[in-house]
Order: sequence, then structure tokens, then C-alpha cells
Amino acid sequence: MESALLQLSYLIGSVTFIMGLKMLSHPDTARKGNLIAAAGMIIAIFATIFLYEHGGQRLHNYIWIFAALAIGTVVGTMAAKKVQMTAMPEMVSLFNGMGGACAMLISLVEYNKPEVKETGTMLVIALGMLIGTVSFAGSVIAWGKLNGRIKDKTIPGGQAINFIIFAGLITLVVLVVGGFFPAMPGLFYGILALAALYGVLFVMPIGGADMPVVISLLNSFTGVAAAFGGFLYNNPVMLTGGILVGSAGTILTILMCKAMNRSLKNVLIGSFGGQKAGAGGPAKEQGNFKEISLNDSAVLMAYAQKVVIIPGYGLAVAQAQHVCHELEKVLEEKGVQVTYGIHPVAGRMPGHMNVLLAEADVPYEKLLEMEEANEQMSTTNVVLILGANDVVNPAAKEDPSSPIYGMPILEVEKADHVIVNKRSMKPGYAGIENELFFRPKTSMLFGDAKKALQSLVTELKQL
Amino acid sequence: MDTIISLFTDPATYRLITIVILSIFLGIEVISRVPSVLHTPLMSGANAIHGVVIIGAIIVMGQAPDNDYLALTLGFLAVILGTLNVVGGFVVTDRMLEMFSKKKKK
Repeated sequence: MESALLQLSYLIGSVTFIMGLKMLSHPDTARKGNLIAAAGMIIAIFATIFLYEHGGQRLHNYIWIFAALAIGTVVGTMAAKKVQMTAMPEMVSLFNGMGGACAMLISLVEYNKPEVKETGTMLVIALGMLIGTVSFAGSVIAWGKLNGRIKDKTIPGGQAINFIIFAGLITLVVLVVGGFFPAMPGLFYGILALAALYGVLFVMPIGGADMPVVISLLNSFTGVAAAFGGFLYNNPVMLTGGILVGSAGTILTILMCKAMNRSLKNVLIGSFGGQKAGAGGPAKEQGNFKEISLNDSAVLMAYAQKVVIIPGYGLAVAQAQHVCHELEKVLEEKGVQVTYGIHPVAGRMPGHMNVLLAEADVPYEKLLEMEEANEQMSTTNVVLILGANDVVNPAAKEDPSSPIYGMPILEVEKADHVIVNKRSMKPGYAGIENELFFRPKTSMLFGDAKKALQSLVTELKQL
Repeated sequence: MDTIISLFTDPATYRLITIVILSIFLGIEVISRVPSVLHTPLMSGANAIHGVVIIGAIIVMGQAPDNDYLALTLGFLAVILGTLNVVGGFVVTDRMLEMFSKKKKK
């Protein structure tokens, strides 16, 4: 009876995961989908705690289990509630790493159990640990890169080193699983060490701008690691949940690459990180850029008919989304038509800008997708670029030697005037120069996005 | 070779393999047409779902003998990490999506 109840709970869990993922891929049902998957997870967790049996033995150590659940819940909720919208990608990466570490620890404990293990079991334990560890180490590096603690580094011969480590990992797994050296338990810990090293070196050379793709990939790795747990415990819900995320995550990774018009291989080899400033955009046209004063910018926009605002990571960092919305309202009062041009990969993650502007109550209809925005450019008087850089870089269309060549961009030069708000002339996240800043139509408005926007609003109100 | 044959003859293993293969196709099918706006929340939601690994952690913890301090410590840590993945993942996703629904109403 109880075992039937447990299996039923697992079945419900699996179904909610499938429904949840399905609903998450449509804007109207997404939030409900998330809650349904969460409910299924809770059912599966409590069913396991109270109903799981192995060899007629129930689980014990309830105090420990509940203590750990309580700690995790409190810390997890606080971290997730407190995190700034800008730091969301880092947070997801960190949570992903926790899942990987969890899979790694499970394998460690299982390995240390005294009973003799079959070859199949050993294989599942070893692979679960390998993938979990790679995911954990990689996620921590991705987290560090996104919040700027870790800089992009290319190691000479990195590709070759990674390949050697990978080959070493496979060899170790074969040795451990095959039981060729039973007297050397250290081999198993060798897998742990090499996998951690591999995770670090795998993510290290990949450029910061590509981190979302990497996080998505590591996400599917953790899914696979969870699925190995499903094999280990003959547990259907771990298996479906894990594999589902593994395959959906892989597709999502490919979709993200497509949105940037790049191949996964290209991303993984790390052409962004490999070429530092200057390599992509040679210093040929540097030098002359125009600065524009706040007052002039305000006048230019106030007498325009149509203004398109292009937000980027700079807006997110400055937390300027609310002021931005205010600027839009002031301009609308003056009879200016204001819309937002959203590049699919503006910010640090696809959809980042939509979430940010939605937080400031910017109406949904005002957010134009890239193609739509580009159609409107030729009839636009002023384009205001707020802390975006690579997504408006003309090199993506014109310079085949540029690392971002081929990426679709917002074609701001079709408009009459382009005002670029930036803190300095430093290149963007991809580390390449942007010729747009030196073009005749472009004027630079230097300063922190929030302060600049506030001053613009004041100026506009006085006009 | 025997191990490979047993994959097909052992009903339990065979069942697991069937689940794996069907789940792969299901995962691809379920999200193959998703607007780019939803990439981030979807990734975050998927991230929460693989937190199902916590079930393994609970089993490890619940089976650890009272005197096996290594298993107890590692299991305890594993449950904490798994919970962080699950709870944090779902809460962060909900926060992202909350903003989408807010703007829908306006």
C-alpha cells in the first residue's frame, strides 16, 4: 500500500515537471507552470521522507533531514528574494552549482558504503560524481565571472589541456568502474579532483557575454547528474526530472546560441574571451567622437516625434529602470512617441531587459522586439542608447573579422540622431571597440545612466 | 558483454532506459518553440526542476548509520544544497515571472 502510494507520488511528480516545463514556455501560463512543478517537487520530497523503504527498512535520521531542509529553505528563500534583478543570472548559476554539488556528495557517500557494488552501480556512481562536480565547479566560475570577481583568462594551449584532462577522466572512470586496481581507492578521488579542474578550465576561457549559454549548458549537465541518481535508486521521478532538464536544457542552449546567431562550438571555444580589446575592432577609426550636453539632449528629444530607447546592461547596473520609465512619461506628455527596442540578448541573459523594464511598470506594448524596432528605425528621430554596446555595434554587420560578426543588431544608424549614454569610452562586455561611437550621427552623453536620466527628466520638465 | 545484455533482459533496467529515451524526446518537444523573452525564466525553472536530485540526498541521509559520521555529514550537506537548489530555483523563477504577469494586467 505504502509503496504504491510512493510510486503514485513519483508519477504525479513526473507529470507536474512535464506540465511545468510545457507551461513555462508560454508567457501566459509560465508562472502557473512554475508553481505546478514546485508543488510536484514538494509531493515527491515528502513522499520520499515518509514512504521510502529499502530492504524493508524505513528512512531514519528525521531530525537531521528536517534540520537540513529548514536551513536550505530559509537560506534559499532569503537569497532568492533579496537578490537584485541585475544579479539574477549569477543567482541561477549558483543554485545550479548547488544541485551539482548535491549530486557529487550523494556519489561520495554511496561510494563509501561498505557493501560490494556491481559494475553498473559503480558506473552510475562515478559518472554522477563526474558530471555533478564539473557542473558545480563550472557554475561557481560562471558566477564569479558574472559578478566580476573572476576575469576572462585564456590559458595558452587551453584546448589541448582540456582534452588531456577529459581523456584522463575517461581513463580513470574505466579503471575505477572496471575494478582493475581495487587496492587503490584513491583513483576514485582522482575523478573528483580532475572533474573539478575540468569544470574550472572549461568555463575559464569563455567570454563573460556568453555566460548565459554556459549556465544553460551546465544546467543540463546537472540534470543528467540528477538522472544518474535516478538509476542509482531506481527512482523514476529523479530520472524523468533529470533527463527532461538535460534534454530541454540542451535545446535551450542551442536556441540561445541561435538568438545570437552563433554556433555552440564557437561559444565553447571562447572566441570572445580569446580576443581582447583591439583584436576585433582595429584602431583604425578611433579618435573623434562628439559629446553632447544634457540640455542639448533634452531639447533634441523634446522636439522629436519618435524616440526609441535601447536599454542594455548599463541600465541594469545603474538600477535606472524607474527613472527611465519617468523619462518616457515626461516625453509622452510632450507629445513624443516613445518605444523601447529590445535586443534578444541585451543585458546578461535573454529576456533580462524585459524583466527589468516590467519591474518599472513599463507597458508591455512599448517593448519592441528587435525586428519590429528595426522596421521603425528609419522613421525615428532620436535613438537613446542606455548602457548597451555590443547589440548596436555595426561591426556585427560590416566587419567579417569581428568576433561578433553575424550577430543580428539593432540598426540604430537608420535614425536621424543617436545619443549614447555610457560611463566611459571603455569597450563593452565582448571586449571589442564600437565604431558607432565615432560615427557622424552619434553623440556621446557620458555619465551613470541613473544620474543622466534624472538630469534629463529635470531638464525636460523645465523646457 | 553480460552487462550490456542485462540492460535488455533485466526488466527494472529496461524500464529505466525506456523512461530515459522517452524523456529525452519529451524534453526536446516541450520547449522547442519558446519565445526568447522566456529563455531566462525557463532556464531558471529547469534549474529548479533538476533540484529533484534532493531525493537522492534525502535517501542517503535517511539510510546513514548512526555512527557513520562521514555519511551523516555529507548527507546533511547534500540535503541542504539540494534544498537550496529547489527552493531558491523556484522562488527566483517566480520572482522573474511575477514581473511578466504584472505588465500583462496593465
